[in-house]
Amino acid sequence: MAKRIDVSGLNVFYSKFLAVQDVSIAIEPRTVTALIGPSGCGKSTFLRTLNRMHEVIPRARVEGKVMLDGEDIYAADVDPVNVRRTIGMVFQKPNPFPTMSIYDNVVAGLRLQRRWKEAELDTIVERSLRSANLWAEVEDRLGKPGAGLSGGQQQRLCIARAIAVEPQVLLMDEPCSALDPISTLAIEDLIGELKERYTIVIVTHNMQQAARVSDRTGFFNLAGVGQPGRLIEYDDTERIFTNPNEKKTEEYITGRFG
Amino acid sequence: MDDDERRDTIGTGHVAPRRSASSLAVGRSSRGDVIFRQLARGSGILLLLIIIAIAAFLVSKAVPAIAKDKSNFLTFTGWDPDGNPPKFGIAPLAAGTLITSALALIMGVPVAVGVALFISHYAPRRMAQLLGAMVDLLAAVPSIVYGLFGLIYLVPAMAKFQGLLHKYFGFIPIFSSTGFYTKSLLVAGVVLAIMILPIVAAISREVFLQTPREHVEAALALGATKWEVMRTAVIPYGRPGIISATVLGFGRALGETIAVALVLPITFKVTLKILDIQGNSIAAEIAVYYGDAGKVGRGALIAAGLVLFAMTLLVNLIARAIVARRRDFRAAAA
Ligand SMILES: Nc1ncnc2c1ncn2[C@@H]1O[C@H](COP(=O)(O)OP(=O)(O)OP(=O)(O)O)[C@@H](O)[C@H]1O
Ligand SMILES: [Mg+2]
Repeated sequence: MAKRIDVSGLNVFYSKFLAVQDVSIAIEPRTVTALIGPSGCGKSTFLRTLNRMHEVIPRARVEGKVMLDGEDIYAADVDPVNVRRTIGMVFQKPNPFPTMSIYDNVVAGLRLQRRWKEAELDTIVERSLRSANLWAEVEDRLGKPGAGLSGGQQQRLCIARAIAVEPQVLLMDEPCSALDPISTLAIEDLIGELKERYTIVIVTHNMQQAARVSDRTGFFNLAGVGQPGRLIEYDDTERIFTNPNEKKTEEYITGRFG
Repeated sequence: MDDDERRDTIGTGHVAPRRSASSLAVGRSSRGDVIFRQLARGSGILLLLIIIAIAAFLVSKAVPAIAKDKSNFLTFTGWDPDGNPPKFGIAPLAAGTLITSALALIMGVPVAVGVALFISHYAPRRMAQLLGAMVDLLAAVPSIVYGLFGLIYLVPAMAKFQGLLHKYFGFIPIFSSTGFYTKSLLVAGVVLAIMILPIVAAISREVFLQTPREHVEAALALGATKWEVMRTAVIPYGRPGIISATVLGFGRALGETIAVALVLPITFKVTLKILDIQGNSIAAEIAVYYGDAGKVGRGALIAAGLVLFAMTLLVNLIARAIVARRRDFRAAAA
């Protein structure tokens, strides 16, 4: 059920400001793709174009093509709501719904789709929380507010919420940036497991993480302040980290940057 | 608490070291703090004193009058405090007050919340500004104007509507009727609904606008439609605000005087029949009769005022309890 993504000639704007220029990239199903690059180079911006979340920002727009298994998600007759149901997202800052219990948070996406039987939901809640490595910690307090969990637990709750709807692609924007090393490892393990079922794109500032979890890595960079970000290099992770084609990539990875 | 020492500190403008001379002792930096604390405490005490004074005034005038009442003040359905013997009961007034206010909430709050959602999340910016200004304008209209509007326009205009309600829903007891459609609890409810709309809409709009972006995005990323975003993120987040707004609106409706006095028949029957030519309210009764009332009559009206005061207080307490019950969810979110 995982799908492939083909991006071609993508320009991303915030009103008149061109934030990301001319990105073309092919992402295979059941792979983990890491996006790395300095702050402000447009990684989040690019990621959000993949599930049409970019356009919820006022006056933000996109040019170019994003194909999901050959279907242009920006075609005129495509409903962004359906795109987002197919392509899940985990944000940098954990954002469980503060007014909902842990249980209700996990099933929030499901409840948008149709009516479910209690038993069905119970099964999915347990399965999703187990996948997100959170079940053992919250099993006995599913009715408690989701926002009452620790930051790392909240992030795993958000992952559970995202995978409960069984998306075909999962986008993660620095999912571990606020987490301790143990939670981070738990989430990395999880990404390894999820890869068998989903196509995963993850933005990270952590080189080791990119090297550990991803099959392919894309390096974004920008020429200077106010310049658009560009995809400088995109290749197998091993190659990017051992023998990149571009000098900039090597400098960034080895920390000799600027 | 060593208040004197601190007050002196403010008075002289010189900060004497308190318990120690260390740089961590209470020093200059805390002076603003102290002034503010005293001001805040002073205002708090003043507020309390005002409330106590009002309550004391009401009780001191009401109790002697109630003592003279030869009927049961709580259950008697009539108002003749200056007769011989004096007889008056609060039941019809209190019932009318509650029913008209409840009708106002039932009709006004959903519309107000809808307006607030539309202004905060649906309307294009220009239209949102225009609508917002109109809501504020509605809040500034004096209540006598609403009363006249109700009396001159709504009473005749609603006659047909009231008739239809009776025709099709007359089997429900509250819609039974004598067949004459004029001033009624329902008309008063509609006038009050219009009057509370701006306050409920304005407060709801504010809380809806404050919904954190990340919650809205969380819902969107799950594939929520616009309305589903409202349902999963915006409305739940704003619920305590809506409740507070509703309570404020309820308080306003309970105490509304002149507008209600103009569109209620001012009778003394306890009734749930909202289409009937029956109904009264505490504030309306006071407004209509205070001028002509004798000594016991005035006391009796003040006793009615005391009941209104107590009802308003009670409503506030209940609302606080409702908001507090969901607090663990909100506090955790902060
Ligand atoms: N809502 C917005 N409106 C206008 N410009 C924005 C907005 N969000 C981001 N930008 C700009 O777009 C560019 C790319 O930002 P983006 O958030 O995609 O960077 P990033 O690579 O994710 O950085 P980081 O690693 O710090 O998260 C930056 O110049 C940023 O200032
Ligand atoms: Mg980012």
